[in-house]
Amino acid sequence: MSLTIEPAGTSAAEASLPAPRWRHRHLLDLDGLDWSEIEVLLRTAEDMRGVLARPIARVPALRGRTVTILFYEASTRTRVSFEVAAKNLSADVVNITASASSVSKGESLVDTVRTIESLGANMLVMRHATSGAPYLAAETFSGSVVNGGDGWHAHPSQGLLDLFTMRRHLGDLRGRKVAIVGDILHSRVARSNIWALTAAGAELWLCGPATLLRGFEAWAGSWRGTAGGPDGRKGFVVTSDLRAALRDADVVMTLRIQRERQAGGLLPSLREYAARFGITRERLRGARPDALVMHPGPMNEGVEIAPDVAVGSGSVISEQVRNGVAVRMAILHLLSGTLAGSTAPVEGTARG
Amino acid sequence: MSGRQIMTAEEIRRATIRISHEIVEKHAGTEGLALVGIQRRGVPLAGRIAAAIAEHEGVLLPVGALDITFYRDDLSLIAQQPLVKGTDLPFDLNGATIVLVDDVLYTGRTIRAAMDALIDFGRPRAIRLAVLVDRGHRELPIRADHVGKNVPTSREELVRVHLAETDGGDGVEIERPTPALAAAG
Repeated sequence: MSLTIEPAGTSAAEASLPAPRWRHRHLLDLDGLDWSEIEVLLRTAEDMRGVLARPIARVPALRGRTVTILFYEASTRTRVSFEVAAKNLSADVVNITASASSVSKGESLVDTVRTIESLGANMLVMRHATSGAPYLAAETFSGSVVNGGDGWHAHPSQGLLDLFTMRRHLGDLRGRKVAIVGDILHSRVARSNIWALTAAGAELWLCGPATLLRGFEAWAGSWRGTAGGPDGRKGFVVTSDLRAALRDADVVMTLRIQRERQAGGLLPSLREYAARFGITRERLRGARPDALVMHPGPMNEGVEIAPDVAVGSGSVISEQVRNGVAVRMAILHLLSGTLAGSTAPVEGTARG
Repeated sequence: MSGRQIMTAEEIRRATIRISHEIVEKHAGTEGLALVGIQRRGVPLAGRIAAAIAEHEGVLLPVGALDITFYRDDLSLIAQQPLVKGTDLPFDLNGATIVLVDDVLYTGRTIRAAMDALIDFGRPRAIRLAVLVDRGHRELPIRADHVGKNVPTSREELVRVHLAETDGGDGVEIERPTPALAAAG
């Protein structure tokens, strides 16, 4: 299996490989994907970037399908990104904000999902504060459920777009050091990135205050990883030593300090966090000179990341947002192919 | 594979060269002409036709590749999404005469999708169609301008085109999925 992302175009070598297929109806987490499936998704996303580069960035792939976006938590970029992605594929998009819907009257999640289905939704993109909520929705919903972030558990589209962005800059991630710094404990982004990056063979370091790494050392100890990765089943390192985590890193990803989830007194103060773990230009000197700086957003500038680093030369934060649309287009497109029931052949010659 | 060969490598070569002459003749030259192969086997075919035209006209025409995955109308009929092969059109389509190239013309739905895809990139002056094999059974009002070989088929049969670039060798075969039943009938 080729490890580099093929540019839009043809490759005779690739043509002879058996085409890996996408078989998942839902995307709830990255733990259920093997490496070949992640590669299919990344290659499809590469093609979606080609679509985005067109004068009219729209293709009819999801024409006649309805994508309902149901967010129980605040979000700008993920919600808009999914909406733009669905519209670029010509889907009809219905947006539901939980605070302005019958959810605020006490309707249960299952009832809401049934209602959405009755109203004609084929795909449901969902964000919920409770880990596992999309799994419950997937049990009820007859179409596809995409997890747009559930509690601390998973944010698969973010993990994929981070991996996609890194691979566009670095190619093969084997042997590349990626440091994720910040509030690991409350971070679904970190959890999804663990799956994505260890699968890709990166040297992954998780770094933060010990109180925000609780349980991760045990997890690292029993980590089994993803099947079929280019570098086998990779593990990851957990540390509170920021200097060690940043040393010669190829990628430095900072996570948002989630003020709304800090009620438990796990951090003495934001100021102390910024002083010890904030990514400043000075601290970044420990990483490789061309290190990529990433952040899933939204940023607390001056807390986990200094403003000049956020817009500095290595920053690919805006690119993450742009790639997010391509990756989400790829997710919606691949999932939509599993919604059909029939397996009728279409043309005399196999196409694909 | 129980296929019956209907075109040899030599026949494919001659058909490609004949099509290359026809294209130039119909267009009365090569000015403003471009070839676009439909993924997958249309792409190497377009390259071969361009090479043949370069040989007898001394002009290397622009060649593009078109992936129609996002434009298919049969996605609700197939179980899994086909893998995208990539679109690459390294020239301006506006005002150009585009010759679409594909291996097999059957229902016409692929060509319908290809025309939709092309028109998203610009407004060609004309779109023409060249195929290696026309096997009939059209479901849309679409006709090829240049055909390598017309092959009468039944809907149950499969036409398999093999090209060196994608399959390791040249040849076209026709296959009956249930030869036992056909023999009994």
